[in-house]
Amino acid sequence: MIKALEKLGTEVLDGLEMAGRTCNLLLLTLWQMLQPPYRFYPIVRQMYFIGARSISLIIISGVTIGMVLGLQFYYILARFGSVNLLGQGVALGVIRELGPVMTALMVVGRAGSAITAELGIMRTTSQIDALECMAISPGKFMVGPKVIAGILSVPLLTHIFDFVALFGGYFVGVVMFSVPEGSYMNGMVDAVQWVDVRLGLVKSLIFGLLVTLICCAQGYYMHLTKAGSQGAEGVSFVTTNAVVLSSIAVLFSDFLIGALLP
Amino acid sequence: MSKFNIQLATGIFVAVGILAFTYAAVNIGGASLRAAPGYTLTARFTSISGLRVGGVVEAAGVRVGTVSSIDFDPSTFDAVVHLRINEGIPVQEDAIASIRTQGIIGEKFVKLTPGGFDELLKDGGEITETESAVSLEELISKYIFSGNSSTPAAN
Amino acid sequence: MTSPTPSLNITGNAIEVRKLTVDYGARRILSNIDLDIPSGKVSVIMGGSGTGKSTLLRCILGLKLPTSGSIHMLGTDITTATTAQLYQLRKQTGVAFQGGALFSSMSVAENIQLALREHTNLDESTIQIMTRIKLDMVDMLHAEHLMPSELSGGMTKRAALARAIIMDPKLLFFDEPSAGLDPSTSAELDELILLLRDSLKMTIVVVTHELESAFKIADQISIMGKGIILATGTPEEIRASADPEVQGLLHRKPRETVVDTEAHLKALVGETS
Repeated sequence: MIKALEKLGTEVLDGLEMAGRTCNLLLLTLWQMLQPPYRFYPIVRQMYFIGARSISLIIISGVTIGMVLGLQFYYILARFGSVNLLGQGVALGVIRELGPVMTALMVVGRAGSAITAELGIMRTTSQIDALECMAISPGKFMVGPKVIAGILSVPLLTHIFDFVALFGGYFVGVVMFSVPEGSYMNGMVDAVQWVDVRLGLVKSLIFGLLVTLICCAQGYYMHLTKAGSQGAEGVSFVTTNAVVLSSIAVLFSDFLIGALLP
Repeated sequence: MSKFNIQLATGIFVAVGILAFTYAAVNIGGASLRAAPGYTLTARFTSISGLRVGGVVEAAGVRVGTVSSIDFDPSTFDAVVHLRINEGIPVQEDAIASIRTQGIIGEKFVKLTPGGFDELLKDGGEITETESAVSLEELISKYIFSGNSSTPAAN
Repeated sequence: MTSPTPSLNITGNAIEVRKLTVDYGARRILSNIDLDIPSGKVSVIMGGSGTGKSTLLRCILGLKLPTSGSIHMLGTDITTATTAQLYQLRKQTGVAFQGGALFSSMSVAENIQLALREHTNLDESTIQIMTRIKLDMVDMLHAEHLMPSELSGGMTKRAALARAIIMDPKLLFFDEPSAGLDPSTSAELDELILLLRDSLKMTIVVVTHELESAFKIADQISIMGKGIILATGTPEEIRASADPEVQGLLHRKPRETVVDTEAHLKALVGETS
């Protein structure tokens, strides 16, 4: 019993320590990014990796989610005889919630895990030490471009997701269940306000920062964790950690933003 | 992977993303870089329950404007609603602004009913004839408990 | 090497380590280390595994903060230096890590050019020429466009060395140059280290556990035991040392050969014969 409490205590302390390190990494990186010289190509490269290479995944998952949403909303609304609300339901659901969250989770799975593994391997093979010894700050060279690319890419991916998801919903509603096209489209346009689009935008910006930052921190500070000295096994451990933690961070902050912003 | 390909692919990605965002923001969200041409009117209601900023202003079922802001006047206990009316839509001085519901459980919106005067309201003018929100529960309870067969008047 | 090599550095010592103590948790890794690294010479830090020689190197490189003590490198105390001072210092040092630590996403040439691109404003053709000079020096010109994953162990070390010397550093650190290499490749690297000392007048610090190569290249050898330095001196002085631990290390005996094979096998499988 005491053992279990002790274990819980150390787990909590470890978690807090990691949170502190993550903030530390953010501030460090920000500070280092402000120092000249400025390099933009690494950011483009990371945007290619995080953003451009994720497009196919985002389109497939977006269409699927839109169709699922259209299907379920149709069945529910058909019970109340108000299928003309289908467009609004799908559009609001996608733009306010599912677009940002699903996109962020997709980025976690595709790019986030790769980021952690890359930095973790760089740590175990002393590539990060090598950068330090070449007087190149790893924060600026490795972490910064990834975080900036994340903040820029996730909102763009989110809106691509939104667009194809609305198309998926349209396909199910209008083409499959012949909901009148006018009521679908007009309901969508009338119900969605700028505040809804803005909410999605704010969410996706924050998710982009959170996901890339947490994944970078897990890999970058790998040597300070229990898994630090375990080489390949340690890398797999921190990668799993990064995926779990950043997914939780996305879902929890989604709730927080939803509660704070109308 | 050559440098050119990465930049091209990233460029395409950014362009597509911005297009999708513009679509969401302008076509669906109804945002505009500059305020849509039009003018602002105010209207006082004793109750607007459920009306939101960004809500629709309709005349004859056609969208003619939006609710730009909602204030509360503590001296009269009225709700002061600012309506952004699209350019070219005339609103007479005796036009009636009423708060209605789309369907039975839908969103609240402001309905404009044209008046008979020739005088038109200008920017900043006030619509004096207003009908507040009709509460469904109030209507029903009035109907049930009054024992009066005459239709209860709104407002 | 008895005749002093002419040195451009006036102070004589490139690095002075004083009373360096490092703890890792409750474990003491290094206790009260004093070490001088003379300028323009090859100094070898030698010791078995677990003696703390890697920790000592990490402290000197500023990658690990010691518990107490000071390390003066080229006149600056790196234990109290600001990040800016440290980075200024690091532009004058080159490090070849044990596993090479080449950036796996870049080709050999890109690895080598990185420091030039980050710290200088040289034009593309100059960078290319400098890269080729260093690659030629380590005999790696043919591997310019290979990725680190395509290199053999010896080529990785040579590429790492080329990357370490691209900025013409005053100080070069080499961690385990001969670990995991066949004798002829490791001999080539030893010659390369001597060439760098003689042609570029670099101060070179080599951390190794290989006796043979240590004695071949060293102007000064420091022998490490558990967390302390047992002896420092020229190769001749070390050979003549009376310290039993040093002598033990110098004359490592091969493990006793098993005579009774059958009995030994039985003992291994746990049978009592």
